[in-house]
Amino acid sequence: MKRLCLVVAVLWLMVLSPAVAIGPDEFLSDAALEARARALSKELRCMVCQNQSIDDSDAPLARDLRILVRERLQAGESDQQVINFLVARYGEFVLLKPRFSWHTALLWLGPAAVLLIGACGVLLLARRGRADSDRVTPAREKLTPAEAARLAEILRQGEQ
Amino acid sequence: MMIAELGHYALVLALALALVQACVPMIGARKDDPVLMAVAGPTAVAQFCFVAIAFAALTMCYVRSDFSVVNVFENSHSAKPLIYKLSGVWGNHEGSMLLWVLILSVFGALVALFGANLPARLKANVLAVQSSIAVAFILFILVTSNPFLRIPDAPLEGRDLNPILQDPGLAIHPPLLYVGYVGLSISFSFAIAALIDRRIDAAWARWVRPWTLLAWMFLTLGIAMGSYWAYYTLGWGGWWFWDPVENASFMPWLAATALLHSALVMEKRDALKVWTILLAILAFSLSLIGTFLVRSGVLTSVHAFATDPTRGVFILAILLLFIGGSLALFALRAPLLKQGGLFAPISREGALVLNNLFLVSACATVFIGTLYPLVLEALTGEKISVGAPFFNATFAPLFVPLLIAMPFGPLLAWKRGDLLGVAQRLVGAAGIAAIAVAVIFAMEGGGPLLVPFAIGLALYVMAGALTEILERTGLLKVPLATAFARGRGLPRSAWGATFAHFGLGITLLGVIGETQWSLERIAELKPGQSISIRRYDLHFDGVTTRQGPNYRELAAHFTVRRHGDLVGVMEPAKRSFPSRGTATTETALMTRGVSQLYLSLGDPNPDGSLAVRLYYKPLVLLIWFGAVVMVIGGALSLSDRRLRVGAPKPARSKAALSPAE
Repeated sequence: MKRLCLVVAVLWLMVLSPAVAIGPDEFLSDAALEARARALSKELRCMVCQNQSIDDSDAPLARDLRILVRERLQAGESDQQVINFLVARYGEFVLLKPRFSWHTALLWLGPAAVLLIGACGVLLLARRGRADSDRVTPAREKLTPAEAARLAEILRQGEQ
Repeated sequence: MMIAELGHYALVLALALALVQACVPMIGARKDDPVLMAVAGPTAVAQFCFVAIAFAALTMCYVRSDFSVVNVFENSHSAKPLIYKLSGVWGNHEGSMLLWVLILSVFGALVALFGANLPARLKANVLAVQSSIAVAFILFILVTSNPFLRIPDAPLEGRDLNPILQDPGLAIHPPLLYVGYVGLSISFSFAIAALIDRRIDAAWARWVRPWTLLAWMFLTLGIAMGSYWAYYTLGWGGWWFWDPVENASFMPWLAATALLHSALVMEKRDALKVWTILLAILAFSLSLIGTFLVRSGVLTSVHAFATDPTRGVFILAILLLFIGGSLALFALRAPLLKQGGLFAPISREGALVLNNLFLVSACATVFIGTLYPLVLEALTGEKISVGAPFFNATFAPLFVPLLIAMPFGPLLAWKRGDLLGVAQRLVGAAGIAAIAVAVIFAMEGGGPLLVPFAIGLALYVMAGALTEILERTGLLKVPLATAFARGRGLPRSAWGATFAHFGLGITLLGVIGETQWSLERIAELKPGQSISIRRYDLHFDGVTTRQGPNYRELAAHFTVRRHGDLVGVMEPAKRSFPSRGTATTETALMTRGVSQLYLSLGDPNPDGSLAVRLYYKPLVLLIWFGAVVMVIGGALSLSDRRLRVGAPKPARSKAALSPAE
């Protein structure tokens, strides 16, 4: 009965639900190779999905790509070779972390540039602030004639 | 049944009131006419009432399943449970914009009601600016996204809400997030009002801070809630995806966090005025950009359930008007603002400037990463992806220095601090971190060095946050009762900072634990088979089917044993919603301390086996628990006497008297 129940349920589910993310049937027997495949999968975009890696996605295309990655790895290709192959086939769009090139320079250098510009701005303002305070402080510390007279008085008393 | 028309009419009236509120008080402030300025308060409250009527009307349409209303027909179903009929009101584009405007008007009304201690001109200008935002967005709703439109021949049944959204998460997450998003409009309105009035002082910062704090708290909760929702809904255990929509909420959060800190400098030391004003403008601008990204459909991501170019263009126009206008005004007026208190680079102010530098750079990173692919595609047609690996690589280097510097901030003195002295006081925190690094390194038996150091950093942040409180109460040195009494005597804002910083450390610990130590098992099981992870054995007992109110559910039963002892059952499920022909995955979670077992169903196979994904997620709950602690910190700070709305005047005059150098 239980078994029948499961079969019915499975049939019912198969109609409704797509495959979910990476499945157990896809795993490679070689653990090291499989680990490399998983790491690579996390860097590759499922191109029909919205911001999902092929590792997370349940789309059929993602599954095809996962299998493809494993096939290339099993054929003895390096990670870089697999990536190159996929980029040649699908374009840069497949990479979740774009390569550094002239058209992604702003993307990669932007954050550092903002930090650098900000830091320069802060330093400049700090220096200007100090210059201002140098200019302002002596003026403020200059004694009024009355204070100068009082100081002279005190000093004279000290001498006596 | 005229309810929809009533709501539509109320919204048009709200627009008229908003127009009045946007113009009359500002003219009054210009002419120094108290009568015209006084128009702001009552219109703000009335505007809120009419928007509330409109919102209530739409809610009624949903509760009654009035499918003659297009919006209800497209997003509801008569068999849907009441809670999802209610939350379904904002589970779609039109309704969520109406919620946005409702919260906007709530904030306006709150300022009108609780801003009795504000100078009349400032209050008039703030409410006028706030209302000009309302004008733009009510107009947007009425012109492009009217939720009250009717269908001539009413269908008998609705199309139902997207099943993924039929979750308690939808009831809580968007309202929290929107209160945060829209709450930043108040800081924005205060900044613009100050620029219009050309008057900004420490008192301004004191009035702005509670509102920013409130918005920040809700934003924090909203983001944390959304993250947890994604975690248990999406079925593969991720909790942050650097999805553009998540980034859209994270950018205002980073900016608001920076704003909270810079407003502190402004309040205490009358410095960083220009910068604080700019941040207030930027924080809300990022909220607007977030709204644009999500609502225009410019992104095609999991969250974007709205696509229509006319809307995009309209929001873009609003965006340009408000961001461009406010930045132009800023450029015009900022040079007129007098800079206040000076400070040495090594000082509390200096530390807060550093905080702002890194937070803003982090925010810029998220901004560039989110918008770059859109802009590149628009300009050159070239498509690139910027995903999690990019953000992880760029965001972390910016956040680590911030975390290292964070404990120093509250320990440094204002004006001129003693770095070496503070470093000595943090030796305890650093020691705890060092011990943790050594212990974890030994436990891991080598392995990547990153993990022990990351855990060490988190513990250092937590211990560092506690250092100030420990010193000031003398805990461990004086009798417990004395320390307790001293602790009670400390200002709430000091406790607030401690909690918030400690909470960040907790979150960090959770993030590291989850990302570095998570275990995963993916397998195909037949009833009677077992799967084990860490010390847990899960026995697959079988499946049952159930009928829910508007779905059918297939649930799998697992008995969980640890070392042979029964610890409970887990029931992951798949639900199918015939109304939309779609299915959702219901994850089963079992909490063990602050860690969780996470089980979701995958592929069924023709041979009768069922694919399951099982995770052990160590420390994962700390991620959200830390956020809650941060919010408690915010609440403590908000309850500080100094910031309380309508706080007695003496506090203010004292600040005014304190020398500003």
